[in-house]
Amino acid sequence: MSFSVTEATTRQKWMAGTLVILYAVISLIPLVWILMTGLKTPPDSISYPPKVMFEPSLEGYVNLFTTRTRVSKETLESLPPPANFAEEIVRNRDMVIAGPSKFGQRFMNSVIIGFGSTFLSVFLGTLAAYAFSRFRIPLADDLLFFILSTRMMPPIAVAIPIFLMYRNIGLSDTHLGMILLYTAVNISLAVWLLKGFIDEIPREYEEAALIDGYTRFQAFYKVVLPQAATGIASTAIFCLIFAWNEYAFAVLLTSGTAQTAPPFIPTIIGVGGLDWPAVAAGATLFLIPVMIFTIMLRKHLLRGITFGAVRK
Amino acid sequence: MAQIIIKNLRKDFGNFTAVKESSFTIEDGEFFMLLGPSGCGKTTTLRMIAGLELPTSGEIYLDGEEISQRPPSQRDIAFVFQMFALYPHLNVRKNIQYPLVSQGMKRSEIKAKVAEVSRILGIEDILNRPVGGLSGGDRQRVALGRAIVRDPKAFMMDEPLGALDAEFRERMSEELRALHDRMNATTVYVTHDQLEAMQMGDKIVVMNNAVVEQFGTPQDIYDMPATMFVADFIGSPSMNFLEFNGAVAEGTSSVSLNGQEVSVPVQRQGVTGNLVFGIRPEHISFSDDGDYRGEILATEYLGTTQIVTINTANGDLKARINADLPATVGDKVGLSFNPKTVTLFDADTGQALLSDLNKEVLAHG
Repeated sequence: MSFSVTEATTRQKWMAGTLVILYAVISLIPLVWILMTGLKTPPDSISYPPKVMFEPSLEGYVNLFTTRTRVSKETLESLPPPANFAEEIVRNRDMVIAGPSKFGQRFMNSVIIGFGSTFLSVFLGTLAAYAFSRFRIPLADDLLFFILSTRMMPPIAVAIPIFLMYRNIGLSDTHLGMILLYTAVNISLAVWLLKGFIDEIPREYEEAALIDGYTRFQAFYKVVLPQAATGIASTAIFCLIFAWNEYAFAVLLTSGTAQTAPPFIPTIIGVGGLDWPAVAAGATLFLIPVMIFTIMLRKHLLRGITFGAVRK
Repeated sequence: MAQIIIKNLRKDFGNFTAVKESSFTIEDGEFFMLLGPSGCGKTTTLRMIAGLELPTSGEIYLDGEEISQRPPSQRDIAFVFQMFALYPHLNVRKNIQYPLVSQGMKRSEIKAKVAEVSRILGIEDILNRPVGGLSGGDRQRVALGRAIVRDPKAFMMDEPLGALDAEFRERMSEELRALHDRMNATTVYVTHDQLEAMQMGDKIVVMNNAVVEQFGTPQDIYDMPATMFVADFIGSPSMNFLEFNGAVAEGTSSVSLNGQEVSVPVQRQGVTGNLVFGIRPEHISFSDDGDYRGEILATEYLGTTQIVTINTANGDLKARINADLPATVGDKVGLSFNPKTVTLFDADTGQALLSDLNKEVLAHG
């Protein structure tokens, strides 16, 4: 449904369009640069002046996913011809592939922890928000304020206590530990956002369902949940973006089995010189899941972000 | 279908009392109106009957069974909401069949039921449309469809016409009444519109400030109001109140208004003090030889009748007289009162005084 107070003139449309494009270009330049760097060879990536035109290479991606060892010319010549393009690229640098790198595993950690904590935050947040919105809870306002107050200090301020606690109870460097931590940080946002959405859903819908013979819980998931889809989707996106990008806790609390991609990517720099293309390749791949998730939920997002302002 | 008995029903929200010990009986098949200004507790009463609120105390009997503490799903009562409350994510057909699905009815049966209901309501052609784009009247029909499709014991309607525009409201109120007469279903209908209540209801309960003021047929309530509130709330323009100080003896049939004797129904209650003489505008007429006189302040022309505002020694009053009678602002006219429906009130309590006219109505009100 579209509204217009006055129809915009062609000139206004052009100006608005130009401004949007200009803004988009400015915001996209860093992304494009990362994308380009990921496709450069290491010498190209550090050449001065920076190269805008270059011959694309997958060396960054190969280096991202492999570990390599330098070998002598003689050994190199005695090897059978390279089996695939990756081996060919590596051998051009007098090296052979020693094995896969840990990037794939770290990336999966990010997926498990990011989506796991998002699911948990949204799940608990929806139930809590529904309760706050619909039932008379003693001290409801104080409880809501308490929940919000957990956001008032930077999470990193409690990093050391959490680090010590986690070590004592064995949650350090575990998937569960990171999921719980990110859920704890996100839950306040989820409760507050979702309460706003659920407040907007008229009670009559549930009451109609109760009258129609459904239980309170059936009314909740058959009537309230579909109505809250927009809110749930946008809350999920916010939670995922936080959990996905989080760096400080990840550096501090994970080092091995549960390490996520953000603390892992910078460690690539140390392996065999400043390997910017591999870092950029890692960053590029890292962007993709959030992008897909956001695109999948985008039709809910516009209404979600402007919630309250736009009504059907 | 069923009889509903409300006994000493009360509802508190914290310190606020929404409904004070209320009792009345809704007979089987009645179209029953709960009338009152907003905030008087009528909707809360309705919601308690349906089970959307649990009463603080008191009993509700549906067909002889006490149901006041049961969840709505175990009461077999349908509810039509003011804002329709159609499920926005479902289309018309799915909205109507929703209560049947919860009962686990067979698909073929559901289909037949929905077809029958949509034929009665004339909404067969919109069954597959989403509810979002429907007009107010169609939404209301769908909401009704969802209510009647399950053949409940009783219908609760919370200002079902309140969200419609005036033109549609007229038509829907006729449709509603016709639907009720056809199904003969016990219906409890909440409204703040006294005209709607008079027009549609078999019986009316008038509520104010959490209290039942009066309960009876529209005509009884109009002619024999039990309190000044009811007299004022019902009728447009409402009943005139002329204040006077005096004494009414049991058995008397006249009172003294500004020195003039005015006849009233035979009184059955002796009272002295601040009293109020209540008379409907249509029971006032002009008579040149009337001793009780007043000055015309304003006239409103309404086509067949006109409303004339007259200043008297006991306060302003409005008379409804034929439009062709001469009435000029500033004229002094003599008035005569038809004693047929005159009611005297105690000004301090607002209660009507017993007379031969209203003694039977007030006895159970």
